[in-house]
Amino acid sequence: MKIHPNDNVLVVKREIAEGEIIQINGESVRFGKKIGLGHKIAEIPISKGERVIKFGIPIGSATTDILPGDHVHLHNLQSDYIPTYTHDNEFNK
Amino acid sequence: MTMNLTNKEPIVGYQRQDGRVGIRNVIVIAYLVECAHHVARRIANFFPEDPVHVIGFSGCYPNAYADKMMNALCTHPNVGAVLLVSLGCESFNRNRLLENIRSSGRPVHLVGIQERGGTANAMQEGKTFVSEALEHLKGTSRAVLPFEDLIVGVVSGGSDATSGLTANPAAGKAFDYIVEGGATAIFENTGEMIGLEDHMAARAVTEELGEQIKAAVHKAARYYSVMGHGSFAPGNAEGGLTTLEEKSMGAYCKSGSAPIVGLIKPADRTGRKGLYLMDIVPDGEPRFGFPNPNDIAEMNELIASGAHCILFTTGRGSVAGSAISPVIKICANPETYQRMRGDMDINAGKILYDQATIEEVGKEIVQKIILTAQGQPTCSEALGHQEFSLSYKSFEPIGPACLPSV
Repeated sequence: MKIHPNDNVLVVKREIAEGEIIQINGESVRFGKKIGLGHKIAEIPISKGERVIKFGIPIGSATTDILPGDHVHLHNLQSDYIPTYTHDNEFNK
Repeated sequence: MTMNLTNKEPIVGYQRQDGRVGIRNVIVIAYLVECAHHVARRIANFFPEDPVHVIGFSGCYPNAYADKMMNALCTHPNVGAVLLVSLGCESFNRNRLLENIRSSGRPVHLVGIQERGGTANAMQEGKTFVSEALEHLKGTSRAVLPFEDLIVGVVSGGSDATSGLTANPAAGKAFDYIVEGGATAIFENTGEMIGLEDHMAARAVTEELGEQIKAAVHKAARYYSVMGHGSFAPGNAEGGLTTLEEKSMGAYCKSGSAPIVGLIKPADRTGRKGLYLMDIVPDGEPRFGFPNPNDIAEMNELIASGAHCILFTTGRGSVAGSAISPVIKICANPETYQRMRGDMDINAGKILYDQATIEEVGKEIVQKIILTAQGQPTCSEALGHQEFSLSYKSFEPIGPACLPSV
């Protein structure tokens, strides 16, 4: 689902299985891994450094080039304000 | 869309001497330093089936914020009687607290563990007081609590990406209905509103209040930067949230769309009816650590400002309740709801399956608030949850621009 018309990411309303093929804007995208409920996928190409838009506002910047259907998460999106802490952070090693 | 709140069964609550009406008649056992916590807990354990709630402040060093919180909580409209448990050598100003509770018209008793000759004697004395207070509370005067006098707070905890799609917008809709109905609603956590300060300031009823709101968010951004990371837990990321801005936007919609009539700090009382923002981030140089180290502390601050009940939205599945005021759990994630339904009062996740609209769930939440105010236990109450958390903080008093009279 798309929350705001200006968004460049979609939110997954149900889990997407590995290998599943889904149409995004008329293009077939095959998912190489499982995507959980609530996670984000790109609707359009997003270049490295470009803002990721959700709820119609920037939620951070892309750290790599992102293709339609790519999972958008910690590996390719970072906050423009405060770094995100997870159990995999250096702090925990 | 508006909600018809008339022609409902009245809310019959408990009349207090200061004119406020509570929706619960709780006995609070308050320890005044961590060293008295065990005795307080053991006294409460004698009354497993009664509304006897343990709160307290663990620190031995004095703190004006904790003092204000404890005084506000012990005289909250949901509280009928108070037992203070003191070790005897702590710095908490127990005499002033005792006097404030006494002058509020509530039965109150102070047990000093050292003065009473130790644990066993203190427990016995506390048990006797609570038994008598329970009898006394059966005679508390009842009074109608008009809907307009209700105060409702909202927090979120264990957020995931569904929180911002279902439970938070539905809670925001419920807040709109509450404010339309003439009552008071409080949202909080300026640390989760970083990046949204201009939007929020535009909702303030005066320009000066808008400036105060912006300043509060800038203070939060600075504070969290000094702390090293923001209000973002690993579970948030597992649930699909990536950045603090993203979590902020999902959290902010809990506030609904009403004008913001005031900015208060923890344990400040609200004035005119309407929507308030609570500034939870301490003033001055960061000193005592994270502003609120957990979700419980946030709820307790809203309760200290008079909240009769708390809406708690969760995606990952928090089970927390609170001492003093009932907690209504609104579950954002339909998968979590199926797994933890015994802990959840409202299934907002059905919005994702197109089984209800945000407006419909918003109305369901308001109906649940009314039933809760009429005495129906929430899930966390029925399961015996009475969490409490209070730590060191420092605040400057709010200025006149924060509570405009217009």
